[in-house]
Amino acid sequence: MSEDQLNQDKASEDKPVSIWSHAFSTAGVMIGFCIVGTVLLAYTHLKTSDLIASSEKQAKLALLSQVLPPALHDNNLLQDTFKVPAGGELGNSDETFAYRGRLGGKPSAVIFEAIAPDGYSGDIKLLIAIKADGEIAGVRVLAHKETPGLGDYIDIAHSDWIKKNFDGQSLIKTKDELWKVKKDGGSFDYMAGATITPRAVVKVVHKALQYYAQHQQQIFAAGSGLKEK
Amino acid sequence: MDSKEIISNSLWKQNSGLVQLLGMCPTLAVTSSVVNGLSLGLLTAIVMAFSNASVSPIRKLVPTEIRIPVFILIIAALVTIIDLGMHAYFHALHAVLGIFIPLIVTNCIVLARVEAFAAKNPIAPSALDGFMMGFGLALVLSVLGGMRELIGKGTLLSGIDLALGPAAKHWVITVIPDYHGFLLAILPPGAFIGLALLIAGKNWLDNRQASNDLQGTPKPALAAGH
Repeated sequence: MSEDQLNQDKASEDKPVSIWSHAFSTAGVMIGFCIVGTVLLAYTHLKTSDLIASSEKQAKLALLSQVLPPALHDNNLLQDTFKVPAGGELGNSDETFAYRGRLGGKPSAVIFEAIAPDGYSGDIKLLIAIKADGEIAGVRVLAHKETPGLGDYIDIAHSDWIKKNFDGQSLIKTKDELWKVKKDGGSFDYMAGATITPRAVVKVVHKALQYYAQHQQQIFAAGSGLKEK
Repeated sequence: MDSKEIISNSLWKQNSGLVQLLGMCPTLAVTSSVVNGLSLGLLTAIVMAFSNASVSPIRKLVPTEIRIPVFILIIAALVTIIDLGMHAYFHALHAVLGIFIPLIVTNCIVLARVEAFAAKNPIAPSALDGFMMGFGLALVLSVLGGMRELIGKGTLLSGIDLALGPAAKHWVITVIPDYHGFLLAILPPGAFIGLALLIAGKNWLDNRQASNDLQGTPKPALAAGH
């Protein structure tokens, strides 16, 4: 043991108080840094929260306009929403929002946030826009974890598969039993090497159309069945 | 330690990606393309410059016992501020890099440089060390990302339009047209194999340099003898 350490030990034996004061001053420094950190973060949050909220709104609107062309509605989609209860019809385990489009006050379309739980690796999140007459206006993948280079052609950034296969589709155009990929005897394209991914997407779009067909009245009748925001 | 030494240490001798092997989580996860690797690397460099620069002036105020929690507090606060600031002012860029930014807190190279360098040195060299260490990592991430992207997809710089706007779309270089892709390179094993090759390459260069030096020195002596 070095001389320094010996001296230190002696000092702490002589004055047990110093341990306490050391502990308190250390705790004081820690608390001081916590306070400074909290103040800095709170200030940054206050300064940025409005900007963040508005740019997120913009991004959301831009996204919604991808599935529902602006010509098909004249209302503010973000203000005309309702909640789709959790319970699996659209694959959602939590409540999700759906957006109502209206043209001249009349219902023109609805946009669902849906989840396909049976992708190749995890959930595939989608936006599905259905026109009031039951025809699909557009489908986009919001988030997915499919294999890059194989299953990711469902993403519009990689291919226009989703556009080609779903735009203009409806329950009338394609019968229930044909809502499958071609490999399973249905009428939807898929790319070799990745069938599980499109299978999941086709299934959830089909479900969304059926959900719309069943709940059409409630969806557009304000204050009934489905909860108003 | 002079700045020349700091720079050569950071970029080559003690490179955080190839020699210290710290921060493997982002190195392996994010480097599926050049743009991803370079973006995360540069962000890490900025965070490291700031974290080193802010720890250095307070290094004498912090008791040794609690230095690690204090350092982590500072790093986490800095990263959050950068994250919020980017989200508010550079929304498009944040949409692309947003998921990587919180990852920086978990990158141990940041804490390692704060602890090993900034806690013992004045502010200017500390900031330089932080930035250069991060830049060294950024270089490794870009090269690794480039290798994986080229072998996996046959392109370079794909996705640059997400970071710099649609105008940059024609910067994407298709090196091998009609390439069918080699999936292994994009998947996680590709990251391990690529990193191993890079480390082996660096060691080979270092060894060659060392043996050249060894062969080089006796020669003049021999020449003088004859």
